[in-house]
Amino acid sequence: MAAPAQPVAITGAEELEAGHSLWQDAWLRLRKNKLAVGGGVFILVLALASFLSPLIAPHSYDTQNLALGATSPSGQHWLGTDDLGRDLLSRILYGGRISLSVGLAATLVAVVIGVLYGTISGYFGGRVDVLMMRIVDILFSLPFIIFVILLMVIYGRNIYLLFLAIGAVEWLDMSRIVRGQVLSLKKQEFIEAAQALGLRRRRIILRHMIPNVLGIVIIYGTLIVPRVMLTEAFLSFLGFGVQPPMSSWGTLISEGARSMEEFPWLLIFPGLAFSSTLFSLNFVGDGLRDALDVRASKD
Amino acid sequence: MPLLEVNDLQTSFHTRNGIVRAVNGVSFSLERGETLGIVGESGSGKSVTCHSLMGLVPQPPGRIESGTAMFDGKTDLLACSARELNVIRGRRVAMIFQDPMTSLNPFMRILDQLIEPLLTHKLARRDEAVKRAIEMLELVGVPDAAHRIRSYPHEFSGGMRQRVMIAMALVTKPDLLIADEPTTALDVTVQAQILELIKRSQQQLGMAVIFISHDLGVVSGFCDRVQVMYAGRIVESARTEHLFRSPRHPYNRALQKSIPALQPKGAALYTISGMPPDMSRPVQGCAFAPRCEFAVEACRVREVPLKEVEPGHRSACLRVQEKQLQWEGAHV
Amino acid sequence: MLRFIAKRLLETIPVLLIVATLTFFMMKLAPGGPFDTDKATTPEIKAQLEAQYGLNQPVHEQYFNYLGQLVRGDLGPSFKYAGWSVGELLWSAFPVSLELGCYALAIALTVGTLAGIVASLRKNTVTDYVPMMFATLGICLPTFVTGPLLIMVFGIMLGWFNPSGWDFASDRVLPAITLGLYYTAYVARLSRAGMLEVFNQDYIRTARAKGVSKWRIIWRHSLRGGLLSVVTFIGPAIAGLVTGSLVVETIFHIPGLGRFFVMAGFNRDYTMVMGTVLFYATLIILMNLLVDIVQVWLNPKLRFE
Repeated sequence: MAAPAQPVAITGAEELEAGHSLWQDAWLRLRKNKLAVGGGVFILVLALASFLSPLIAPHSYDTQNLALGATSPSGQHWLGTDDLGRDLLSRILYGGRISLSVGLAATLVAVVIGVLYGTISGYFGGRVDVLMMRIVDILFSLPFIIFVILLMVIYGRNIYLLFLAIGAVEWLDMSRIVRGQVLSLKKQEFIEAAQALGLRRRRIILRHMIPNVLGIVIIYGTLIVPRVMLTEAFLSFLGFGVQPPMSSWGTLISEGARSMEEFPWLLIFPGLAFSSTLFSLNFVGDGLRDALDVRASKD
Repeated sequence: MPLLEVNDLQTSFHTRNGIVRAVNGVSFSLERGETLGIVGESGSGKSVTCHSLMGLVPQPPGRIESGTAMFDGKTDLLACSARELNVIRGRRVAMIFQDPMTSLNPFMRILDQLIEPLLTHKLARRDEAVKRAIEMLELVGVPDAAHRIRSYPHEFSGGMRQRVMIAMALVTKPDLLIADEPTTALDVTVQAQILELIKRSQQQLGMAVIFISHDLGVVSGFCDRVQVMYAGRIVESARTEHLFRSPRHPYNRALQKSIPALQPKGAALYTISGMPPDMSRPVQGCAFAPRCEFAVEACRVREVPLKEVEPGHRSACLRVQEKQLQWEGAHV
Repeated sequence: MLRFIAKRLLETIPVLLIVATLTFFMMKLAPGGPFDTDKATTPEIKAQLEAQYGLNQPVHEQYFNYLGQLVRGDLGPSFKYAGWSVGELLWSAFPVSLELGCYALAIALTVGTLAGIVASLRKNTVTDYVPMMFATLGICLPTFVTGPLLIMVFGIMLGWFNPSGWDFASDRVLPAITLGLYYTAYVARLSRAGMLEVFNQDYIRTARAKGVSKWRIIWRHSLRGGLLSVVTFIGPAIAGLVTGSLVVETIFHIPGLGRFFVMAGFNRDYTMVMGTVLFYATLIILMNLLVDIVQVWLNPKLRFE
């Protein structure tokens, strides 16, 4: 059906002709995606509240009030208190600080490993590439998280180790994507070398290569964050992650699950905070991908 | 009584960017055993016309807005139920498509695809159907048919796949074959073979053929009658020799002038200036007027219906209808 | 085909060797031995225990001993469960996990594909939007949130099921749903997308032009191509089910492999942890092989390569 496809192509051309750069264009498209914008705002507010939690949290996260015990949500404690009388809202805010930090730090680890591995594989190509990608294939098929548990069991439950271990799990996708990008850029470079024009080379690197790799790294980096946070929560839930008195959302959910019969709010509120964060991060990541990925421009 | 009589067919696509009127009031008829060529640029509505007849327009976004298409005087292809349509499709009207690489199911053996029309329409039992499928495959020139029929499509070349498509279309001995640019995706040498094959099968089976092409040359050697489409309308319709010898629409004339092989050597290549109209916007007057070197003010005012200008020769050009234009031969 | 299987089987050997080696040395480099936590053990008893488990030998000898045992299928004795070998523990717990995993996968494949196919047939209608909204929800909610929630609603508030345990047939329902939810949702999205892609293919148009009925087009012409991506997903799904079973078995107190593994981790039961990791790795590698074979069988194009 050539007929209905035609007008779509025309509007695409008009948008390009309007003289926006790749990033301006992506920003415009992202802004139109309400889910992504909503998710982004939610994440920003939550992140701000979490990182400012020492200032804005209504109570201290570890002040116990055994006499008070667990209370359901009230004017004094908006989200209630746990069985040790600690304010749940404050604990969720502080927990968010840890969960988000782990999310960002471990993502950084994953991105660095993935980009390095992918660049090396794509740059050298040939046998090195085949071998390196075969290794990635094999790693993909392994239950990586079990090794992370192994690591946490052996070397103690250290939060920096947690960053590293989770980062070491999630780099595989990134390495594949970066490799593909590097491979296709190499081909472009070849064409451009044939043209042998000094000035244009710099222009092409600036205009195409860096935005291309950067864009892809940002998109998939954003998509790694929720996965990393999930892994952290998973480990914390099982007791291999963040240790008390520190608490991430995973530990809060775990504690809540243990006492949900008597105090359901201890499960519901941390679960809600965690799930809506994951939701929002996914929307932002998908939105970014749709906005930046030029190849996926379907109607 | 004609085999197929199409009256005022209108098909449009409702897209996010507006309504695209792909076919805009097309009428024609076809006798038994006749070969009708439909020629036009891509987007002129020739494929959509035939897809509409076969109920193959994806709905949504497509929609048949109006029209009738009486098949064999009894069934209106545009109004009948899915069940009634499925009695005719594949049994009495068969179709072959442009791209043989994607038109065969990659997950099914050739055999299963070939016998499917016979089984679906309960024309034969399985063992009988297999026998007829192998015969048909031999007829269309697939060597070692009895053995190769058990292969999957990806084991065949493009030309061979198109032969398979033709065999699949002909296995039920239909009354009408619709060939939608059957040679466009093929190599030039293979093109000639496939054309020859369709022509021979037509003579053997005595069926009618609607042959769609953007290539005037292919159509000229093949069809009894040709109609030229532009922007969703038929702009000229005549017996093949008349259409070529005495064009009665500036668009047809321009198309012929732009075939290099028909031009004197050394002459500058002729091209039609401008672009086909945007089909999502309403067109005022003759759709070809903006590109037409003979257009006058009156052409842009109102639609020009298709009218008989000479016996058996119809044209939608106002100036031809008013006897202000006339050509003999395309090179004039 | 046989060569393909043989080649893939041969490939698994070095992978397993690497897994075994990594696991072994990670354990050896660990600070603190397995008998450190028991305060009551005197140095003499500790030495005796270490001698009994071969921990006083040089590391490389321990390594080769371990590999030798592995080749014979012997995973060694459990450090914490006296008198039990790791193999025995695994085999007693695995059937439970297998049963749970099969239920979850079955739910994912049946409910997921059905929902996906129905949604693809009714594209852009309520029948499409509602299942797909649930699918998005199912993908974002982790098992350790849905599990406790399901217990709270169906176990405690409504009282339809036991909140935990693995004794009655009805005890299977909530864990299987919890474990299968994510995969059901994912499969639904995959099959919807796959079917929609196939419906747009030229060969479906060809089938319609032949007069083939709508149901036969779905059943005979579309399913294979449309569900190919689901088959590809089964491999990663199995690895994910293993991971998920750790949580689900912990939440529902199910005596399966996942819970054993988590407990062994807490107890620093080295041989048990190593054995479970190896077992999981082997299981997943073999399942992936199986999935690859099914995939090749389903897709004639791959069959000839």
